[in-house]
Amino acid sequence: MPTSSSTPWTSAKPPEPGPDDHLRGEGPLVVEYADLECHHCALAHLRLKELPVRRMFRHFPVNSKHPRARVLAHAAEAAGRQGRFWEMHDSLLEDQAHLDDPHLWQRVERLGLDLDRFEVDRRGEEVAARVERDFKSGIRAGVTGTPALFIDGRMHREVPQDALLSSPRPLTGES
Amino acid sequence: MIEAGAQAPDFKLPDQDGNEVSLADLAGQHTVLVFYPADFSPVCTDQLNVYQEVLGELEERGVKMLGVSVDSAWAHKAFQDHLGVSIPLLADFHPKGEVAKAYGVWVEDYGVSARSLVMIGPDGTVEWSYQSLSPLEIPGANLIFDALDERQAA
Repeated sequence: MPTSSSTPWTSAKPPEPGPDDHLRGEGPLVVEYADLECHHCALAHLRLKELPVRRMFRHFPVNSKHPRARVLAHAAEAAGRQGRFWEMHDSLLEDQAHLDDPHLWQRVERLGLDLDRFEVDRRGEEVAARVERDFKSGIRAGVTGTPALFIDGRMHREVPQDALLSSPRPLTGES
Repeated sequence: MIEAGAQAPDFKLPDQDGNEVSLADLAGQHTVLVFYPADFSPVCTDQLNVYQEVLGELEERGVKMLGVSVDSAWAHKAFQDHLGVSIPLLADFHPKGEVAKAYGVWVEDYGVSARSLVMIGPDGTVEWSYQSLSPLEIPGANLIFDALDERQAA
């Protein structure tokens, strides 16, 4: 459950990329609010992978819909503490059928991470606060489900379609 | 639809467990009525799931949230279980849509209520209302917090 804190929940644009945001790729910035147990997010990930864009990932776990969503968000952040956020992100989204704890440990092993540290980190307050910060910024930006992609300040709720992949100026958000 | 400043129309509706909930029961707290078209429709599912995620925050601020649609209490019970949400769902089932009509959110062509939010103050006055421009638009939870902060700052 989201925890209360002093920052408000009122409307605000998605925050600009900060030093501890997860960014990769080059090109126009796509801010993704996603849930790591969401099949539509997995599909969006596979399509975005093929696009020349700079991706910024933000957690938006909808736990009432996906009971493992927060656990997985915390796991990805814990992997991030060992420098492997994107590897865990890709691993989870590209295999949505194995999301229980023993599967997480297998993934940790495959990525060559320190399992003891992973287990402590993923249950820690810092990781929980980091995920909650993203979730709250999504609520403030009006995110109502996943995936939600922000391009040039505009929210797109659909999975990027094939037409966008073949567009010469993909996902610029201009109409 | 009903606007801020109006007296909230009285109602008495069964929830998903058959318990009757009336406007009088809600006195003394802020209430958000979430009118939505139908149980088990894809968009409504997303809407209640995302609101569920901020329910703890709303409750901490003394806000009660209630869903309202024309589905029966039995359908509400199944829908609530299916979604994994604890937001109580009120059955505006018989006479169908009577409360939606009283709140000005009835859509005659489809026989359902429009997707709308109504915030009622502790004294039973409507403090804020919002209707989606299209049935596909889910009002973000941020709008509820905006309205709440505005009221609490006033």
